[in-house]
Amino acid sequence: MRDKILAILEKNARIDPKDLASLIGEQEEEVRKEIERLEDEGIICGYHTMVNWSKTDLEKADAFIEVKVTPQRGVGFDQIAERIWQYPEVTSIYLISGNFDFAVFIQGKSMREVAMFVSEKLSTIDGVLSTSTQFILKKYKEQGTVIEAPKKDERILVS
Amino acid sequence: MRDPLNSFIEAIPPSGIRKFFDIVSEMKDAISLGVGEPDFDTPWHVREEGIYSLEKGKTFYTSNAGLKELRTEIGAFMKRHYDLSYDPEGEIIVTVGGSEAIDICFRAMLEKGDEVIIPEPCFVSYKPCAILAGATPVTIPLQEKNHFRLTPEELLSHITDRTKLLFISYPNNPTGAVMEREDLEKIAEIVIEKDLYVLSDEIYSELSYTGKPHVSIASLPGMRDRTIVVNGFSKAFAMTGWRLGYACGPKRVMEQMLKIHQFAIMCAPTTSQYAAVEAMRNGDEDIAEMRESYDQRRRYLLDTFAEMGVPCFPAQGAFYLFPCIKQFGMSSEEFATKLLEEQKVAVVPGSAFGDSGEGFLRISYAYSLRDLKKAMEKIRLFVDGLREKEGK
Repeated sequence: MRDKILAILEKNARIDPKDLASLIGEQEEEVRKEIERLEDEGIICGYHTMVNWSKTDLEKADAFIEVKVTPQRGVGFDQIAERIWQYPEVTSIYLISGNFDFAVFIQGKSMREVAMFVSEKLSTIDGVLSTSTQFILKKYKEQGTVIEAPKKDERILVS
Repeated sequence: MRDPLNSFIEAIPPSGIRKFFDIVSEMKDAISLGVGEPDFDTPWHVREEGIYSLEKGKTFYTSNAGLKELRTEIGAFMKRHYDLSYDPEGEIIVTVGGSEAIDICFRAMLEKGDEVIIPEPCFVSYKPCAILAGATPVTIPLQEKNHFRLTPEELLSHITDRTKLLFISYPNNPTGAVMEREDLEKIAEIVIEKDLYVLSDEIYSELSYTGKPHVSIASLPGMRDRTIVVNGFSKAFAMTGWRLGYACGPKRVMEQMLKIHQFAIMCAPTTSQYAAVEAMRNGDEDIAEMRESYDQRRRYLLDTFAEMGVPCFPAQGAFYLFPCIKQFGMSSEEFATKLLEEQKVAVVPGSAFGDSGEGFLRISYAYSLRDLKKAMEKIRLFVDGLREKEGK
């Protein structure tokens, strides 16, 4: 039941537990309890709405920043990562393999704001050696979802 | 001017689905639960192979029976999924959809005076194709109480000296019925005893929700050489528009089917065949994913109809439910038409699939949960409205 619930919720976090129960052939009460357990265990970490900000009047600027750091004795990368994720501008941070150590995603109100954040906050953190900023110009697909107008059903109505 | 037409063809009534389609197309912003094809796109890796084949200029005819590579993969698929063994040389033909396979099979096997038994409700093309082949279709009205499975008694009571072929199609369009091994064994026994052949349209074979793999009647003892199995890519791989199916059976029959195919069609579309090779090789996971999704929606709809108080037998295959609307005292067509007029939801009247479909509706769940919810809410409103009127 667990795997099925997760598979469905991952794609549709807003589904009514009653419908979810129906889809997988379980009792609604059982499903509610299982979701609660998944939340308690931290397997479900949160629910998130994907917003295509470019279709709104609000200005947003997204950037992907590669960060090179010096790992610290005893705590490795984790302490620097924590320093970085504390900033509300940071939407995601990953430890990565390759030429850089962290991939950091930042969202700000404007490109200028993001650039200022990188030069004034991120680069000045102890242990950060260098950064490389890439502004995101257009989002095509995020979290498995293609970001464009919803696809029209072109099938003939009755067949 | 002389009459340009064959009176025989003129006498065949048009498809009941078609008739309803014409009504629905007139209606703007109708929500449809009427489609008979998957809502998924063809998996990308399959489409990509089609594209590559075009890029490489593979735009010529294939051999009449289809690409050798594809026939080999079909053979492997039939073995892997249904434990059926067919020789790619002579026992497998790639056709333009399952529809063509059925047509050429009827034409290769039947002649004037032959009777072909067709259990109803069933897809709309079988009876006309049998008539076009010159044969006489004998329909069996299947019963909801038997979950629309063909019973040995029903079969026996329709066999005459002229019966040559039994046509079956499970999982079934429009009922969603399946027949399991035990059910098929009883039918096979009669087929062998009465020396009949079987044409088994198994186009929905991968969409079975019994928890057990689909059983082909051809895999039962003594049945392989009496059965022509028709299958295809449309439903399992969401490839309806590619128009690709196949037929497998004993060489003697396939040879004659190939002759018709060769004269009428030449070969199935080449691009589709290349894409299909990829589907057969690496598509099992796609099938499993889509099957799970259909199964979820099936359960959701069964629960929703139960809540509405509209009885619906627990169909276990294809992507259709066949709820019974007899309690409302209307014909299927009246019900479907009123539902369309009042709530703008299109469903196909069960009567389009044969007289025994009267009193039922075909509901397709090849739609997103969101669309299904919207449509079911409207059906609920409609049903509530009918009950209110009755109350007054």
